[in-house]
Amino acid sequence: MFPRPIESTGRTTQAAYKTLLPIALLMWLAPLLAVAVFSIKPDADFTTGNYWGIPSTFEGLANYGKVFLESDMPRYLLNSVFITVPTVIGAVALSSMTGFALGIYKFRANLWIFFMFVAGNFVPFQILMVPVRDLTLDMGLYNTKTGLVLFHIAFQTGFCTLFMRNFIRALPFPLIEAARVEGVAEWRIFWFVVLPLMKPALAALSVLIFTFIWNDYFWAVVLTQGPESQPVTAGITSFNAQYRAAYHLMSAGSIVAALPPVLMFFLMQRHFIAGLTLGAVK
Amino acid sequence: MSESSLQDVRAVNGGGSWFRRNQIAITPWLFLAPGVLFFIFYVISPIFQSFNVSLYEWDGLGEAEYIGLRNYQDLYWEFVDRDAFFVSLKNNVIWLFLYLLAIPAGLMIALFLNQNVWGIRLYKSLFFFPFVISQVVVGLVFTWFYDPTFGLLNTIIGWVGLGPVNVLGDERLVTYGIIAAGLWPQTAYCMILYLTGLNAVDPEQVEAGRLDGAKGWKMLWHVIIPQLKPATFIAFVVTIIGALRSFDLISIMTQGGPFGSSRVLAFYMFEVALSEYGFRMGYGAAIAVVLFLIMLCFIAYFLWSMWKEEKGAR
Repeated sequence: MFPRPIESTGRTTQAAYKTLLPIALLMWLAPLLAVAVFSIKPDADFTTGNYWGIPSTFEGLANYGKVFLESDMPRYLLNSVFITVPTVIGAVALSSMTGFALGIYKFRANLWIFFMFVAGNFVPFQILMVPVRDLTLDMGLYNTKTGLVLFHIAFQTGFCTLFMRNFIRALPFPLIEAARVEGVAEWRIFWFVVLPLMKPALAALSVLIFTFIWNDYFWAVVLTQGPESQPVTAGITSFNAQYRAAYHLMSAGSIVAALPPVLMFFLMQRHFIAGLTLGAVK
Repeated sequence: MSESSLQDVRAVNGGGSWFRRNQIAITPWLFLAPGVLFFIFYVISPIFQSFNVSLYEWDGLGEAEYIGLRNYQDLYWEFVDRDAFFVSLKNNVIWLFLYLLAIPAGLMIALFLNQNVWGIRLYKSLFFFPFVISQVVVGLVFTWFYDPTFGLLNTIIGWVGLGPVNVLGDERLVTYGIIAAGLWPQTAYCMILYLTGLNAVDPEQVEAGRLDGAKGWKMLWHVIIPQLKPATFIAFVVTIIGALRSFDLISIMTQGGPFGSSRVLAFYMFEVALSEYGFRMGYGAAIAVVLFLIMLCFIAYFLWSMWKEEKGAR
């Protein structure tokens, strides 16, 4: 193990390390903790200039209550759910198929198609912006969740295919050969042999895509406007415009907007990290 | 798969319908079709359409007028006159270089956290936390962090007697301020890559290094970092992509200001094509093409590395 395990060092080093850890963490998360503190302060603290002192009263419930009951926030959150969940399902479904095709079969175009997905996944969004917006307008899907979902599915298929294909490549191939010798049809091999083995990859991808899409801002701004279809990332800017200078409410709103992916991360941590670090180890 | 087993399979499958006989050749295309068509429709063909749009003067609604390379000529003059395009390009270069700091910073934090003390798993998750949050929220958080009247930054430097700095209002500081905000989640990502990489470091090599008297930096440089190469490669890829995609933070924190000094190509393009500056789709597309060509150098390099690896693998 590198660096040298702390247990094998002197007592002082160990104690120093254990005190340094929480301090480092506090410094690392300071900007976020500041917002968390803001979100439970009463309005009065900001007018009296008590920014960093102890909150004069605890107004957490009132602040968060306001966010949920008196603003469009629940709308935006719901929109985000209706955009994110179908995208996750669509992208994972499409890419388990493409990943299967590229991971199992040998044919001449294989690597080229794979590289098309990989390259497309790295492209800057701006080169797609004008045509995709135009396309969405032409299909009558501008400012709808469907328009956003369709594009997200297509774009995420690039990354997901990269992921799935590499995962399927690492599966034991003799299993598939054995199934073939038994005369099992190819689509049944996909459904009954490969798909069950892909469960960890499906889980990892789902959480990753959930987070990516939930946090998307650019496409939300380009393809939607207004509370009827905008997700929470775009909604938070109009929320902030509505409560300009009401820092306690803006903080509470930001925390609410950030929370779902955070929950997802803590609940599915193992899968999440497995997904992000795929390929980091050979 | 070996040739002989392929023939076995054919022999078993043979005799059925045409589809059954050619199953192995056809199936991959059936599985690929929906994904590939969708991807071409929404991602690949728009790239070429953007190239095309960049040759027109177009407001997004009316007739598009073909103007050849005039958009690019305008960009050239904006570059020579050190105008918005020059500033955006310059900031993109700054972003590219400074964003790479996330890699060593991530490695440092990973080394710091790669221990086995009580509660370390929670520490690792909490250090990773910033990456999970939306860039929009990161932008808001840092806007308040930098705020000249009550921001945490100014409160802290006030303790040592330094006057308030308005990071986001200062033309010289603003880009660095936004990059610092971007480095926060990016460092967290690099950290998690390296933590995973460190987990897989071969303990025997570390021991062998220790026997040879390698310690500290020497050990890190000659024994550990070479073994972290796959993690470094991925960290490099995601950091470069992230740097060139920087849009959310700029849009949230400064809207490109003050006086356009924090623009990057990604934001400038959006501004030109879709905001109060008017809908100059052709001009925006030309900026996007420039950004794409910069990215293409990196994409080509990534693909080339992957291709070498694929050839080595089979």
